[in-house]
Amino acid sequence: MQYTFQFGQITRYLPDLLAGALISLEIAFVCFWGALLIGLLGAMALHFGGVWTRRVARAYVACFTNTPGLVQIYFIYFALPEFGILFSSLQAVIIGITLNAGGYLTLILKSGFLSVHRNELDAAEVMGMSRLQLVRYIIVPHIARVLFPPISNKFILMVLGTAVAGVFGVEDLMGRTINANAESFRAIELLSVTACLYVAMTILATLVLAAVSLLCFGRRRSSI
Amino acid sequence: MWARLADEAPRFFTYYNGIFLLQAMGATLLLSLGGCLAGSFFGLLLVLLRKTKGALFLVPRALAWGFVEFFRRVPPLVVLLLAFFASNLVKMDVSLFLVALVALTFVATAFMAEIIRAGIEGVHPNQWDSAATMNFGYLRTMLTIILPQAWKIILPPAFSFFLLFVKDTAFASQLGTLELTYAGKVLTSRGFTAVLSYGSILVLYFALSYPLARFGAWLEDRLAPSGNH
Repeated sequence: MQYTFQFGQITRYLPDLLAGALISLEIAFVCFWGALLIGLLGAMALHFGGVWTRRVARAYVACFTNTPGLVQIYFIYFALPEFGILFSSLQAVIIGITLNAGGYLTLILKSGFLSVHRNELDAAEVMGMSRLQLVRYIIVPHIARVLFPPISNKFILMVLGTAVAGVFGVEDLMGRTINANAESFRAIELLSVTACLYVAMTILATLVLAAVSLLCFGRRRSSI
Repeated sequence: MWARLADEAPRFFTYYNGIFLLQAMGATLLLSLGGCLAGSFFGLLLVLLRKTKGALFLVPRALAWGFVEFFRRVPPLVVLLLAFFASNLVKMDVSLFLVALVALTFVATAFMAEIIRAGIEGVHPNQWDSAATMNFGYLRTMLTIILPQAWKIILPPAFSFFLLFVKDTAFASQLGTLELTYAGKVLTSRGFTAVLSYGSILVLYFALSYPLARFGAWLEDRLAPSGNH
């Protein structure tokens, strides 16, 4: 084993990689809110829906949580065009990650719906709240507090999950690492730097989420 | 499009494509099982290191912590690519499958260590004190008192991790390891439509993962804490 590390040769890619890290965080952020919306709708469908709504929601969760996100995006990017549905690689990646995470968040939020106390639901009914009001004023405030740790864990996993974008040529951190490697052939140095950047990104996300939790709920909750 | 699909289907669903896909599915299963089992073993070792006390084990304890924190915060794809390029340095003929397995084991080790640690911390601290009064040493306490009580807490999240891990093995395709996702890429480059090749890959992953998910749900029900400890 004789390998000389040449970190000097890759310092010029650093600004590029940092900008890529920002794009990764942006993708994770956009997908996270989309997935949270899907998760809320899915949990509502599972909780309040009729037989068919529930079946559709359950089928969606089963399909998207039992197959890899990577292959889902392959399908969206390479197979859907044959039906005339064309997406750019960034669009395909965002749609894929959102739909995939939406399935997992449906499962997480469903458990939150179940954990709302019966008395609170009865009280809301006495107040004459509609279903939407019930979700808006009783259930969402409850799950925001109770499910903050698992949802923030999911966000951090999603930050790592955005690395899949690099496979499809999106210029996120992973994609830029692959491009820089094609130029410099300094794979090990580049990938080590990229790994450290991902560590830094998730630590940053953890700190921000802890601050949000402290501001909103007044108590520090642990997440990874 | 549908006409083209119907036209291509008989050429796609042949005996040899079936064998090819089933072998790839076997590789995926082997990567998942192997990675997860090895990960559980090394994860347990890391936890044994991390739960030690005293200055003697300070350095190993810090290393174990650093390993777990690092590999839980790096995407599996980056770990796989690192392992791939690092394997080129070792002037030995290692198969791509082995490279992928080793890289995935690193990832699984970090996540399993965290799950096992949480399970061990779920056992009441009095158990440690009781063991100490019986003059049990560290390893004996851990292996005969703590772990037998902790495995019930460990198993459900460990199984959920295994389910996620099955899907993470898809990234091994980026090295060229022949598993399900790579088989899809191969079939596409043989000229089959992406609808059929990636469609059947999705179906096969589902066939692998869905029964496991149902089993996991059943397991979680069976092992649900009944509040008797």
